[in-house]
Amino acid sequence: MTVYNLYIFDRNGICLHYSEWNRKKQAGISKEEEFKLMYGMLFSIRSFVSKMSPLDMKDGFVSFQTSRYKLHYYETPTGIKVVMNTDLGVPNCRDVLHQIYSTVYVECIVKNPLCELGGTLQSELFSSRLDSFIRALPFFSVRAA
Amino acid sequence: MAIFSVYVVNKAGGLIYQYDNYVPRTEVEKTFSFPLDIVLKIHDEKVLVSFGQRDGIRVGHAVLSINGVDVNGKYTAEGKEIVEYLKDPANYPVSIRFGRARLTSNEKLMLASMFHSLFAIGSQLSPEVGSSGIEMLETDVFKLHCFQTLTGIKFIILADPRQTGVDALLRKIYEIYSDFALKNPFYSLEMPIRCELFDQNLKSALEVAEKAGTFGTGS
Repeated sequence: MTVYNLYIFDRNGICLHYSEWNRKKQAGISKEEEFKLMYGMLFSIRSFVSKMSPLDMKDGFVSFQTSRYKLHYYETPTGIKVVMNTDLGVPNCRDVLHQIYSTVYVECIVKNPLCELGGTLQSELFSSRLDSFIRALPFFSVRAA
Repeated sequence: MAIFSVYVVNKAGGLIYQYDNYVPRTEVEKTFSFPLDIVLKIHDEKVLVSFGQRDGIRVGHAVLSINGVDVNGKYTAEGKEIVEYLKDPANYPVSIRFGRARLTSNEKLMLASMFHSLFAIGSQLSPEVGSSGIEMLETDVFKLHCFQTLTGIKFIILADPRQTGVDALLRKIYEIYSDFALKNPFYSLEMPIRCELFDQNLKSALEVAEKAGTFGTGS
C-alpha cells in the first residue's frame, strides 16, 4: 500500500498545494494543466453525482477507483478540496483527509497571519508537517520509492 | 440492498440503453398559503427549492406537481410559468408536491457522455502506469460500477453501497447483451437497444442479484 500524490484546491479551483511521494507516471502535461484537468474532472464528477443520485446525498462524492489507483476526495463547507491518490488496498480515507485539513492546513495556514489565502501555499512548515503526516500514515510504505 | 439503474454506453459515448429499477421515495406534498415561505429558482428548466428547507422538503428538490397535477418542466399543466403562478395570491391555498427531480431522457444522454469523458480523464491522470478508467465511483448513498468491454462498450450500474456481486452482474449483463442484442438480426451495432428478450433477461438478472447479492461464476 502506498500514497502517490496529494492535491489541495481552493473553492476557485486554484491548486494551493501539490506534493507527490511514490508517483510512477506523470500525466504527460505541464503541472498547471494537470491541476486544471484534475479540478475540472472533480467539478464534473460532483455535478454528475448530484444529478445521478437516486436519493438525497449528505457527503456526496467520496472516492473512485480504476484498475490501478484510488482517488480519495474530501471537501470542507468552505470549498477547500483535498484529493489524495493511493493504491487500491487503502480503505476509506475521509478521516485522514479531514485530519490533514484540521491539523495541518488550519494550524499552519489559516492560523498563520503571514500566509496569504488565495494563492499557492509557500509555507515550509506546512509542507514539512504535511510530508511527515503522510509518511506516518499506516498505509504509507516506501515499497519502491 | 438495491440496484438503482443500469446504463449501457457505446464506444462513442452515446447512451444506447437505460433502465431505472427503483421508485422514488422522497416525495413530500404540502398545502401552502400565501405568501410562499420557500424560495424557488429556475435551474435547467426546472423549478428547484433554493432556500427554506423544512418538513422533508430539501434544498435542491424540484416542484413535481401543483394541486395534484404534474408540472411540465418550469410550466404548469396549463402552460403558465410556475414562478409567476405562485406569485398570484388568487391561486392560494395551493398544494405542491416536492421531490428529487426525475432525469429526463435528454439529461440521461448527457450524463452518459459525461461519464464517458470522466472515464478517459481518470485514466489520463493516473499516477500509475497502465491504468484503466473509472471502475467504481463511491458516494455516501450509492456506488457506480462500470465495466468496459474490449470493444469499448461500457456497462454501468448504480447500486446501493452495500450491494455485493455487482462485478459478476456486470459480466452477466454483458453476456445478456451478447446473447439477446448482438445475436438479434434486427439489432444494428452502436444503436439504441430495443430488444424484448434483452429487457426480460436483464430484469430477471437484476432480480436475482438483488435477492442473492452474489452470482455463481458460471451462470
